[in-house]
Amino acid sequence: MKLDKFIRVVLLLVALSGVSGLALMTAFIFKEGLPLMVRLGVADFIFSSQWYPSEGQFGIAPMIVGSLAVTAGAMVISLVFGLGCAILLTQFCPPRLATGVIKPCIELLAGIPSVVYGFVGVTILVPFIRDYLGGPGLSVLASSIVLGVMVLPTVTSISADALRAVPRSYREGSIALGATEWQTTHMVMLKAAMSGIVAAVILGMGRAVGETMAVIMVAGNPLAMPDSLLSPVRTLTSNIALEMSYAAGDHRKALFATGVTLFVIIMILNTIALAVSRRRARRAGL
Amino acid sequence: MIIRPVTTHRIAVAALWTVTVLTIAVLLFIIAFILAQGAPHLSVEFFTSSPRSMGREGGVLPMIVGTLFVTGLAVAIAAPVGIGTAVYLTEYTRESRLTALIRFGADCLAGIPSIIFGLFGSVFFVITLGMGLSVLSGALTLAIMVLPTIIRTSEEAIRAVPRVYRDVSYGLGGTRWQMVTRVVLRSALPGIATGVVLSIGRSISETAALMLTAGSALGMPRSLLDSARTLSVHFYILSREGLSMPKAYASASVLIVAVLLINLLAYWSMRRFVAKVT
Repeated sequence: MKLDKFIRVVLLLVALSGVSGLALMTAFIFKEGLPLMVRLGVADFIFSSQWYPSEGQFGIAPMIVGSLAVTAGAMVISLVFGLGCAILLTQFCPPRLATGVIKPCIELLAGIPSVVYGFVGVTILVPFIRDYLGGPGLSVLASSIVLGVMVLPTVTSISADALRAVPRSYREGSIALGATEWQTTHMVMLKAAMSGIVAAVILGMGRAVGETMAVIMVAGNPLAMPDSLLSPVRTLTSNIALEMSYAAGDHRKALFATGVTLFVIIMILNTIALAVSRRRARRAGL
Repeated sequence: MIIRPVTTHRIAVAALWTVTVLTIAVLLFIIAFILAQGAPHLSVEFFTSSPRSMGREGGVLPMIVGTLFVTGLAVAIAAPVGIGTAVYLTEYTRESRLTALIRFGADCLAGIPSIIFGLFGSVFFVITLGMGLSVLSGALTLAIMVLPTIIRTSEEAIRAVPRVYRDVSYGLGGTRWQMVTRVVLRSALPGIATGVVLSIGRSISETAALMLTAGSALGMPRSLLDSARTLSVHFYILSREGLSMPKAYASASVLIVAVLLINLLAYWSMRRFVAKVT
């Protein structure tokens, strides 16, 4: 019994390592980034669009706008395609085809390294946009498409789970009332699974905001504010990854401050997603 | 004009099929494109020699060794911690504030972008703990990153083990620890393996966090404190700096094949697990 107690304590310590890692991470990122933000003024740091590290000017407004624009575009694409796949998988597709072919393919899509996405984007998509739509090709549009494909598996798997969790009786009841399968899907199933789909979209947004390597390769990364779908853009993540290797002093701290901003955005998105899915779990329990 | 419901149904289903087929087509296109462009540049020499003139010539042996080192070490650290956490959550405690906190930590970690892990690793492991840009710093950073995946899949696998198994083990006079190690973990093993395999895949793909923690030295890593350039980082540098397109395609096809094999392995072990518990 003594051994049992000992094992329990050891396992508890092990189990706490994840939370401790999270706490340590938060502490270090804020410790490195927050003092500079406060010194410059949080509002100035966030709303200024002057980023000249050698002159000590740090404003990340264009990158915030860039991250948001690219994420919004990505969500349009992953919502159309990701939710489409989820609906087909759960409602209309023969189960063997769904679990044997489509689902593994979508999981594989999640496994492809982000650098490969960026590379295919820059060798195929970017020249295509440059030749047929104009602009430099490296653009908000290209980043949105690449990111949209990348977060599609997240959106698909979570919304498919939500659709599968809708009780069978809902579907059967609606069919029995004479509705077609599609009417049943969009009037009953989608409505019942709505909170799960919202959670899927928000988690997908978190993925898109945080993605780094693929975006660096297709976005162009200028310092200016993007003004159209075809203009190049720099995101918060690419700002950090591009300059971290040679930054020192205040410049380095400013990159950590960029990280703090990103961290806060992600935490807000995650909290919303957690709250939405928890509310759903509670409702399902009733 | 009123469109009949049956017609809308047909249109909707056709649209959904189009969208899904397009998605799968994108996947197949990416794989086929990389393999078709990369395969002609693969050779035995590519796998067995070091890069020359910044990667324009030669092979990727040090990158393959570096990737194996970093990935192996990361998973060797994360797997026991993740499985231990899952065992604690499922077998050693009831739902409480504490388990909610542990789950909250794992959920949050799962959502944090890799570049933030990279920033943390670069200030904590590289500078504060003095490990420098090294295999060890990279592996520790990756270990925290893949921890949530291992915790979640192990927890699900352990929960899927039927209650009866545990009751029988107790009934035979076994202790809790014997029940966990000899009955529960053994039955849950293929499910746990799926999570571990997926983490290996994620580690191999990772780039942003490793650039900031493991560095990008071209040489062969000879100890845990040497800097190592993994294959993904090498591929990124080759294509981004336009050093050599043939070598970039070749490195990418090695990455793609590795990812395909890993996903296949995960799929296979998941099926084995499902067959075992049901």
